[in-house]
Amino acid sequence: MPKSAYQPASRSPVTRSRAFYSVRLWSVRHSRGLERIYKLLAGVFLKLHPFWKFVGYKRAEKPVVLIEKTVKSFLFDCRMCGQCVLSDTGMSCPMNCPKSLRNGPCGGVRANGNCEVEPDMPCVWVQAWKGSRNMSAGDNILHVQPPVDHSWRGSSAWLRATAQSAEEKDAQKAEAV
Amino acid sequence: MSTPAPHDISSPLPPLPGHTSRGRLERVLRAGEFAVTAELNPPDSADPNEVFDRGAVFDGWVDGINATDGSGANCHMSSVGICALLTRVGYSPIMQISCRDHNRIAIQGNVLGAAAMGVNNILCLTGDGVQAGDQPGAKPVFDLDCMSLLRTIRLMRDEGRFLSGRKITSPPQVFLGAAINPFAPPYDFRPLRLAKKIEAGAQFVQSQYCFDIPMLERYMMQVRDLGLDEQCYILIGVGPLASARAAKWIRSNVPGIHIPDAIIDRLEGAEDQKLEGKKICIEMLQQVREMKGVSGAHVMAYRQEELVAEIVHESGILKGRRPWTRENNPDYEAVAEAIETVKDQSEHPIDPEEAVAAAFEEH
Repeated sequence: MPKSAYQPASRSPVTRSRAFYSVRLWSVRHSRGLERIYKLLAGVFLKLHPFWKFVGYKRAEKPVVLIEKTVKSFLFDCRMCGQCVLSDTGMSCPMNCPKSLRNGPCGGVRANGNCEVEPDMPCVWVQAWKGSRNMSAGDNILHVQPPVDHSWRGSSAWLRATAQSAEEKDAQKAEAV
Repeated sequence: MSTPAPHDISSPLPPLPGHTSRGRLERVLRAGEFAVTAELNPPDSADPNEVFDRGAVFDGWVDGINATDGSGANCHMSSVGICALLTRVGYSPIMQISCRDHNRIAIQGNVLGAAAMGVNNILCLTGDGVQAGDQPGAKPVFDLDCMSLLRTIRLMRDEGRFLSGRKITSPPQVFLGAAINPFAPPYDFRPLRLAKKIEAGAQFVQSQYCFDIPMLERYMMQVRDLGLDEQCYILIGVGPLASARAAKWIRSNVPGIHIPDAIIDRLEGAEDQKLEGKKICIEMLQQVREMKGVSGAHVMAYRQEELVAEIVHESGILKGRRPWTRENNPDYEAVAEAIETVKDQSEHPIDPEEAVAAAFEEH
C-alpha cells in the first residue's frame, strides 16, 4: 500500500484491521435510534441553557468537551471539528473522510464501496447515504454544508449548538413580543 | 435561441444578457449547440512554447481547453500558469481548481488572478488524494470541498464578496463547472449529488471517463426525472484507450474509472489495439451525442492529444458546425496594452537616481 500522510483516527494502517471500523459501522446501522437520542439530548441541553449561562459557556467548555470527546470518539471516531453535522450525514462522521468532504462522496469511491485513499476503509459517504435513509430527517444530507471553520477545532459542538438554538429561541420570543 | 452574430475577431466578445461570463463555452452551450472540450496535458517544464504546442493540436476543434490542476496528484505546470499563457494567444481555457493543494485564501486569490488574465470558465474539483500521485508524502489540504468551492466562487461573482464578506471591486465573471462520476457507488445518491452541486452554483458539469453506456443511461434517466439536465449543461467524458494493458492499469490504479470487462476483451481481441481504442471512443461519442439531456462531450486523450481532432472529425458530432477559432479574450486588451507600454519603455533604460527624484516630486 502506498504511504500517505493521512492516518485514520490516529491508527497506523499497519495495526489497523477491518474490526477497527465496526463501532463506526454499528452507529450507522443504528442511525435512527442515535438520532432520537441526539434529539433528546439536545432538548435537555437547551433546557439547561440558564445553567450554562450561570456557569458560563466558556467555563462549561472543558468538562463538556471531555464527555463529548469520549462518547463521540467511541461511537463515530469523532475528530472534534467543533461543528458537528452527524445528524445531517447519516451518523457517519465526514471528518473521517481523508479528503474531509462534507458534501457527499468524491468520484473515487471503489466499486466495493471502499475509500479511494484507504482501500480497507468503507467510504464514510457510502455509509452516510445508507444511514441517512433510516433517519427521519435523512434528507438533510441534501443540504449544502458550509466550509469548516478550523478555528473551532477541539471545542464543544454540543454547547455551540445549544447556544445557537437558545439564541434563535430568544429571537423568536422577541419577535412574538 | 440563435447563435450569436459573427463579430470582429480582434475585438473582445461583448457581454450577452443573462450570461455570467463572456466566454465562448457558455455561448455555445446556451445556443443549444453540442459543445466539445478537451484536456491539455500539462508540461513538466518552464517553457511556454510547450504549452502553446500542446494547445495547438486542438486548434479549431474544441470549444474549451481544460487546464488540469495537478491531475492524479502528480506535479505539473500550474493551471493558473497554463491559463495565463493560453488566454494570451486567444484560446479559451477551462481552469481547474482542485481543493487538494490550496486553502481558501490561495483559491480566492487565484480566481481573481485567473479572471484578470481572461479566464472565463472555472471547474471546481475536490481532487484525487495525494496517495495517487508521485508525491504521496505531501500534506493534503482539502480546506474546502468541491461544493463549498462552488459556493465560494459564486459568492465572489454574484455578490462581489470574499468568503470573509470583504468587498471585491471588480468581481470575476466566470462560468462555473463541476465534475460528476456516474460510475462510482453509491449509485442512487449520484444524481442527488449533482442536484446539490447545481444548488451550490454549478452551471456545467464534466463527467469522468464513460466506458459503460447502459450505466450512463440509467444515471441520465434519474437526472432527467429530477429535471437536472435543464438546470445545468452536462458534458460526458470520453477518451481513447491506448491498449488493453493500459486499460487494465488505469482500472486498477486511477481512482474512479470504471472500465467493463467487455471493453478490455474487445481491445485484447483486436489486431491494432490503439486503432480499436479510438474506434470504441468514437462509438461512445456518437451514442453520447444522441442521448437526451447531454449537452456536450469532454474528450480526454491523455498522451494521445493529437487524436482529439481526428476523433471529433470522424465521429461527426459537430454536425457541420464550424469549430471556433482562436479569439481574443475579454480582458486581453488591457494585458496587450500593458505589454506594448513595457516594450516602448524598455528602449529607455531607467536611471535609478532620476526615478527616486521623480517619485519625491510627486509627493
